[in-house]
Amino acid sequence: MSVLPYLVAGWIFLIGCYGLATSRNLIHAVGCLAVCQASTYVLLLAVGYRDGGTAPVFSDLRPGARPVVDPVVQALTLTDVVVGATVTALLLALVVQVGKRHGTVNPDELSELRG
Amino acid sequence: MSRRVRMWVLVLGGLGVAALLFAASLDLPEFGGDRHPYGARAVEAALARHTANVVSAVNFDQRAFDTLGEESILFCAALGTVVLLRQTRDEHRVRPEPARVAPPVRRYALVALPVTLLIGLYVVAHGQLSPGGGFQGGVVVATALHLLYIAVDYRALERIRPVGLYATADAAGEAAYLLLGAAGLVAGTAYLTNFLPYGTFGTLASGGMVPLLNAAVGVEVAGGVVVLLASFLDQAVEIEDAAERTGPGETRHPAPPSPSEEKPT
Repeated sequence: MSVLPYLVAGWIFLIGCYGLATSRNLIHAVGCLAVCQASTYVLLLAVGYRDGGTAPVFSDLRPGARPVVDPVVQALTLTDVVVGATVTALLLALVVQVGKRHGTVNPDELSELRG
Repeated sequence: MSRRVRMWVLVLGGLGVAALLFAASLDLPEFGGDRHPYGARAVEAALARHTANVVSAVNFDQRAFDTLGEESILFCAALGTVVLLRQTRDEHRVRPEPARVAPPVRRYALVALPVTLLIGLYVVAHGQLSPGGGFQGGVVVATALHLLYIAVDYRALERIRPVGLYATADAAGEAAYLLLGAAGLVAGTAYLTNFLPYGTFGTLASGGMVPLLNAAVGVEVAGGVVVLLASFLDQAVEIEDAAERTGPGETRHPAPPSPSEEKPT
């Protein structure tokens, strides 16, 4: 089952999409978007995994002594985690303002325009 | 479109994407396989440039320009949150009441605070050597300060957290990254290209520009996260709607706009 980790990543992404589409609450929707994003972490780390590999840090590891996992995808995941957290904060700030202006965070009730 | 039709569209789209993802994952490299051409080259380049932590080498040396973009997203997200969550005209601030904290929680949080702060600074400073770096260390430093909120109360946190200063630190971190990149131009290389000596492998002064860029990101992330949490805590603790004011809590009085100027009573 060598494709299982990739399928898990796809499954997490689709679950997040399902939550986004059926959400009745914008806070819940922001959480679902974070779930979608988490699927990319799983995918990236699965691509970079190597059997018997260790962390790509050579402070106490002689270069070439052991195989290391792919550092490129780890670097991508690392920056994505922090950036994703701040973007989630921005979206939640938007939800706070929507809640204040309209008195609801249900996207179905937010159809009319208000000045 | 009714809910029912929407659900059917969602199901169809989901099945289509699922089929595509399945087909794509069959073509991906085998899980746990030995072939990692980019990884092998990144390791080689990092060792040639005397950076022990290859992830930091990728972030701050080989993909430094990319990290500039990611850092700017972070900066803009923090800026946008501050703008969105500012105090509006029909809202006012109330002074948070002093809170009682259970003694064990207080003791534990006060002991953990300096330790957490130290670990955060260590993680930032050793980004080029051990697992860590500016992104992770910055978050640890920023959350360490908020242990004071758990240990004492909101007013104690406000005293060690002048938000303006942290917002400046956030901007200064971003500016430092840009200027370090531009320093390469002055030194006669390309933007964000290393021009410093690589130093001795495995020491704090190794990796050329990696520790400096790392520190710039650490300052920015720490400042940004403190400012983000401050805006949300302000909303939750201090800012109230005009409508919520009527009621038994009438004895509260609005605080002056700048919390740093007021004296604790």
